[in-house]
Amino acid sequence: MPRKLMKGNHAAVYGAILAGCKAYYGYPITPASEIAESASALFPKFGRTFLQAESEVAAINMVYGAAGCGQRVLTGSSGPGISLKQEGLSYCAASALPCVVIDIMRGGPGLGNIGPEQSDYNQVIKGGGHGNYKVIVLAPNSAQEMCDLTMLAFELADKYRNPVFVLTDGVIGQMMEVVELPEPVTELPDKSEWAIYGTADSRHLINSIYLDHDDLEQWNRELMKKYAIIQKNEVRVEEYRMDDAEIVAIGYGSSSRVLRSAIGIARERGIKLGMLRPITLFPFPVDEIAELADRGLKGILTVEMSDGQLVDDVNLALSGKMISDLHNRMGGNVPTALEICEKVSELYGV
Amino acid sequence: MNENRKYPFPEIDSDICKGCALCVASCPKDVLVISEKLNSKGFHYSEYVGDGCIGCGNCYYVCPEPSAVTVYMKNYVPEEVS
Amino acid sequence: MIMAQKTVLRKPKGFIDVYRHKPGAEKDRTHYCPGCGHGIIHKLIAEALEDFDIVEKTIIISPVGCSVFAYYYFHTGNLQVPHGRAPAVATSVSRANPDSVVISYQGDGDLAAIGGNNILQAANRGENMVVFFVNNAIYGMTGGQMAPTTLEGQITTTTPYGRNVKTDGYPIQVCEIINQLTAPVYVVRTSLHDMPNIRKTRAAVRKAVLNARDKKGFSFVEILSMCPSGWKMDSVPAQNWIKENMIPRFPLDTFRDISEDTPAIERPVPVMDPDEVKKILGYSVLSDSNFEKNPDAALEKVALRVAGFGGQGIMSAGIALANVGMEYGYNVSWLPSYGPEMRGGTANCSVKIQEDTIGASECTEPNLVIAMNQPSLEKFEKILVPEGTLIYNTTLINIEPSRGDIKVYPIPITGIADELGDTRVQSMVNVGAFAAVTGMFDPGEIENLMSFLFKGKPESVIKLNEKAVRKGYEYVKENFS
Repeated sequence: MPRKLMKGNHAAVYGAILAGCKAYYGYPITPASEIAESASALFPKFGRTFLQAESEVAAINMVYGAAGCGQRVLTGSSGPGISLKQEGLSYCAASALPCVVIDIMRGGPGLGNIGPEQSDYNQVIKGGGHGNYKVIVLAPNSAQEMCDLTMLAFELADKYRNPVFVLTDGVIGQMMEVVELPEPVTELPDKSEWAIYGTADSRHLINSIYLDHDDLEQWNRELMKKYAIIQKNEVRVEEYRMDDAEIVAIGYGSSSRVLRSAIGIARERGIKLGMLRPITLFPFPVDEIAELADRGLKGILTVEMSDGQLVDDVNLALSGKMISDLHNRMGGNVPTALEICEKVSELYGV
Repeated sequence: MNENRKYPFPEIDSDICKGCALCVASCPKDVLVISEKLNSKGFHYSEYVGDGCIGCGNCYYVCPEPSAVTVYMKNYVPEEVS
Repeated sequence: MIMAQKTVLRKPKGFIDVYRHKPGAEKDRTHYCPGCGHGIIHKLIAEALEDFDIVEKTIIISPVGCSVFAYYYFHTGNLQVPHGRAPAVATSVSRANPDSVVISYQGDGDLAAIGGNNILQAANRGENMVVFFVNNAIYGMTGGQMAPTTLEGQITTTTPYGRNVKTDGYPIQVCEIINQLTAPVYVVRTSLHDMPNIRKTRAAVRKAVLNARDKKGFSFVEILSMCPSGWKMDSVPAQNWIKENMIPRFPLDTFRDISEDTPAIERPVPVMDPDEVKKILGYSVLSDSNFEKNPDAALEKVALRVAGFGGQGIMSAGIALANVGMEYGYNVSWLPSYGPEMRGGTANCSVKIQEDTIGASECTEPNLVIAMNQPSLEKFEKILVPEGTLIYNTTLINIEPSRGDIKVYPIPITGIADELGDTRVQSMVNVGAFAAVTGMFDPGEIENLMSFLFKGKPESVIKLNEKAVRKGYEYVKENFS
């Protein structure tokens, strides 16, 4: 398989090209600008559209338009930009439009800084715009996964006619790793039932207005049904050294990379630490986490680069049978492996 | 449609007309009037009263309701529409 | 087709026969108030689409405002979009379907207030679309509030004492603004206040949609229109109100018409064929070598920090090492320090090269540090693991390392590069030194990779960097064996 040393941000754009993405609409923001830069270099080589939009808001609306026309379409941004995109995302979800959004999270709130953080968790996982909706959220932790999960994102977006996020942080985006480049997709899904192509047969309507209360409630119930199917079918996790683990750490993205290192150190010290890494954040691995409570563990430690946003969902999944502890860093700081090991020893007396 | 009517002439759907009277004001021959009668929506609708239409199309183009006004021109052949 | 040839004027085929998207029983009439200008404009558009036989290839973008339900009526592709964003959506719709006629239909609040930037930017890009801008100086849908085009002194529900230009600003003249931009091909303001002007509006509508059909670019048609409900007057007086109050502020004019002399926009055809995609991505020339690892290497797992000034090739040394590591079949990662310091003159990166899957990519406890200047030495010597290795640049560092539990390689890295005639080859001197110190890489194999590492660079540059690798390597072998 051809391989290439590349940044996570760059790998995601390769993934988009390989997935048959025809258009990129975006606005520059650190630390996601490299996605736009890569797209601006690559997309025109394929006769595909790259357009630097006038704003984040315009970019997501361009995504809405392209998706409505049946194109696989991508945008990328970071926290403040994602906040601005939320209205458009609500429209995309409400109109059942498949699209992919990459969020390279940075430090917040407010302008914050451009260091890595995971503090967009709530605004992304909970469907951050107005109204009842959810987006599928994939959380890569390597350059390889930036490519692979971006491709998967397009597949899931089309499968469920729903926006899909690729959610990660500046470390994964900026880091270079070896990426084994997969084969391009050979066939794109048929969207002629609903997409608008400017032809007699495609005079469809893309819309999210339901004036009648019962109609809108019915549509919301259909969306709920869809999300339940996604919850049932699409959960993805990685387990690492879980076989004999007495303590389980939970983390995604950069945190999970550090956890892998921490487990290496802990094991040398005779501490049986394992890791459960959510690869999908919606659907959240509720069952997989709930099951941890029956293992007789010494403890569960959630490691995140946010203020307890992830541990809230972990504890919801644990339903009070156990309570996960929290180790978190913020402001652009990444937890270190040693720091996690020390926290584990301190919390669980090992 | 009254087949015996003299072309050109406008035909106004009295039920769809919202009685805005823009057509009445725009008619150069003053052959449109607002009816005393109300339609089912409570509007005094516009009516073509007798002869005098010259087929200028003003009433058609000024009317905001796409289905309210039809104008049959002088050279209109009824067979054209089935 | 000119009007004289028509034998009947009836509901145009640009409209749907039965407004099936409209809820409720009245699927044969619009939702607009009596005397509203929207219906007139809709009809002119629908007629033009039918007359030019482009109904099927037209896509209409409905805004937020009274015309939010424009999609009830037009027998075209329809997208209803967020407030003010119609030009942004129309942009991507047009890019996706370059052969279609894309129409953005917007009111004054949508276009000139919340969507002000979107309209300017779509116009400035010269997107192939028509914008119909219905200016009735008021927010109709929300119940008669002030619009950006509300006239001075005009009473609305949010200007109960009349629009005060000292606090609310002046009515915005959008055509005049659009006309400042270079790209638009047709900019016109018309009015519905009497029949001659409705006919002029008809002509403008027809010209604009033909421009879109012929891919001429951006056409902007502003239409002064009645809102009898919002203005609280009957329809005919509303027409007079346009004439007497709006036209003085919004003069009717063809601001620009250069479509005749403008060539059609051409958009590329996307390449989707998998083989072609792989070819363009260069699959066939991507790495596939698997050099043999050195079983006797001094280090078998590297967590490296390279640090120095910006411009010392810090990042490129790290990337080159990661690339070489990849060719040996190692797992590798490279992480730049990033943040404000990136532009402040100092730079450092983390490189990991190892057999196992890599966890954290930042080397918080490196076993190897290459310090290219004194601040880097001071900062990173401290975090080296016990028994770690320090390479430092004696050309620029005058102090001695302070720790006694580490292996030290003082090397005049900048000096070696300067001797080769180009300071920039420091990064490859470092690569050579790394190979010698760790024993992980063979300089001959690195030389084999030079054309890959310096792809697209002239042969002289490649040769120079090859020498730099060799010099770095030899310096270590000669001085520290």
